[in-house]
Amino acid sequence: MKASFDLKKTIITVVAFMFSIMFLLPFIWMLSTSFKIEADVFTFPVQWIPERWNGFENYKEVWFGQFPFYIYYWNSIKVAVSTTLLSVVVSALAAYGFSKVRFPAGKWLFLIVLATYMVPPQAMLVPQFILYRNIGLFDSHLGLVLLGSFSVLGTFMLRQFFMGIHTDYIDAAKIDGAGHWRIFWSVAMPIVRPAIATYAILRFIWTWNDYQNPLIFLRTDSLYTIQLAMQKFTTINGEFYSLIMAAAVSAILPLVIVFIIGQKQVIEGIAQGGVKG
Amino acid sequence: MGFKTEAPNPTAISAAPKQKKKKSAIEKNENWAGVLFISPMLIGVSILMLIPILATFALSFVEWSFVAGFSQMKWVGLENFKALLGDKVFIKSLVNNMLFILTVPASLAIALLLAIVIDKNVYMKSFFKVAFFMPYISSVVAIAVVWQVLFHPSAGPINQTLMALGIENPPTWIADPNFALFSVMLIQVWISIGFNMIVYMAGLQAIPKDLYEAADIDGASTWVKFRHITFPMLSSTTFFLFITGIIATFKVFDLIAVLTKGGPMHSTSVIVWHLYEEAFVNLKIGYASAMAVILFLCVFLISIFQWIGQKKWVNY
Repeated sequence: MKASFDLKKTIITVVAFMFSIMFLLPFIWMLSTSFKIEADVFTFPVQWIPERWNGFENYKEVWFGQFPFYIYYWNSIKVAVSTTLLSVVVSALAAYGFSKVRFPAGKWLFLIVLATYMVPPQAMLVPQFILYRNIGLFDSHLGLVLLGSFSVLGTFMLRQFFMGIHTDYIDAAKIDGAGHWRIFWSVAMPIVRPAIATYAILRFIWTWNDYQNPLIFLRTDSLYTIQLAMQKFTTINGEFYSLIMAAAVSAILPLVIVFIIGQKQVIEGIAQGGVKG
Repeated sequence: MGFKTEAPNPTAISAAPKQKKKKSAIEKNENWAGVLFISPMLIGVSILMLIPILATFALSFVEWSFVAGFSQMKWVGLENFKALLGDKVFIKSLVNNMLFILTVPASLAIALLLAIVIDKNVYMKSFFKVAFFMPYISSVVAIAVVWQVLFHPSAGPINQTLMALGIENPPTWIADPNFALFSVMLIQVWISIGFNMIVYMAGLQAIPKDLYEAADIDGASTWVKFRHITFPMLSSTTFFLFITGIIATFKVFDLIAVLTKGGPMHSTSVIVWHLYEEAFVNLKIGYASAMAVILFLCVFLISIFQWIGQKKWVNY
């Protein structure tokens, strides 16, 4: 009985693996192409392991050539880390206020904040653009950071976790004479730390991958984030696919690392957010 | 995203009349504390979201360009909306958005199948989770660039493979106006499967095991168990993924912007892409804002539908 069951499981694993190749192959193709010389990019059958290696030159051109990626990397790190930090602080404060402080206005203010989640970001782009042009936030990293920091989603997600904290904890702390500020820092925050890690990883990934906001709110080349630079790089290097793939690998790599380190948090966070409470 | 509302605390209510005086001082403190905690969020949301969306509605009734000063703004009433109805590219974009919705059920069906298979029946479960999730965490720009090359009409690996398999005239994918939208939709399905699968797997975990045990005792087949236990028990997950998935298709911008720029011959244009072109390339602010209003209304209607439908179609 047990042996036949395992055989079935093995067969299914093999079938699932063949299907999963469709998901991995584009990445493997990208990686292997990034190490090839240009002439070998389209040889058929595909050379999965390059015969003539040119990886060092390709990556050198991407990182230190005429569109040096180290500048855009630094820009992206700056924007993504700042956005993540600010967004976590703002969201955690609001989430605590909306869940653990009992005040009459809280409920309908929360509904207003929640309602903005229904608004597609593109429906606000034009006024945001006009606003930014007039208050000097256009073409600046600060402007980008602010756009990504007031996340309804983060507030909502963390609020769910704060609500899981039993009121007794809060009341006990109140009886001991602690104000909300102290309760927030020393009681509530330590309890929801895993949720904050999840949200921080997701926010980092989203900000790193964002293309639309940098496209609209940045003009100066030296301020470009990695996604915008990647696009410009593609336009300029038109037919040099080996270089373009080296750029693509560079753009994806930090995310793969963040994802592999925080895999559990990311997957659990998405699963928890998606299933109805 | 589930919506939880906090149940009123019974002890707080019963204790209220006794210490009325003290309570009001605490209440005042609570008010201040509440306002302070939520104020950064509230200020940010008001300035960067609420005011802009109201401004979008106002701008949809004017004719104006960025380069002209505010004094050049001209009130045109509903003219922008009338012009939209006669705009072939806009109508095309709207139709494309509707077609794009089809990616949602396609992705959900594959994701559900994968979730069921991977949840119980395979070795190396976490490998599969990561493999199917890779497209979702990768940057859309990089993905679009890779697919652009994979889909290359003559030299691309996909068509080379198809030709090697004996197909003489494989489609030219994103270069063919009749095939471009379909190609973009394929990539969208490919990207979204991982996310849907992860949520479905969490949903599967939440189904009580004894339901299956009872069905096993009755000798139910795999299909009967799926049809009468798994699928109904996942209805809230499916509904959630379906609605949020549809809303997400209205926001697809990066993929179109990098892969096709709405072409060839507007065959892959969607509302957000047309909006971007009118606003930031042609500088027609009023016209683009009218489009933004339509976009907002589409998403708003779907959200209302979600709100009503949640109770009606979600059954346990």
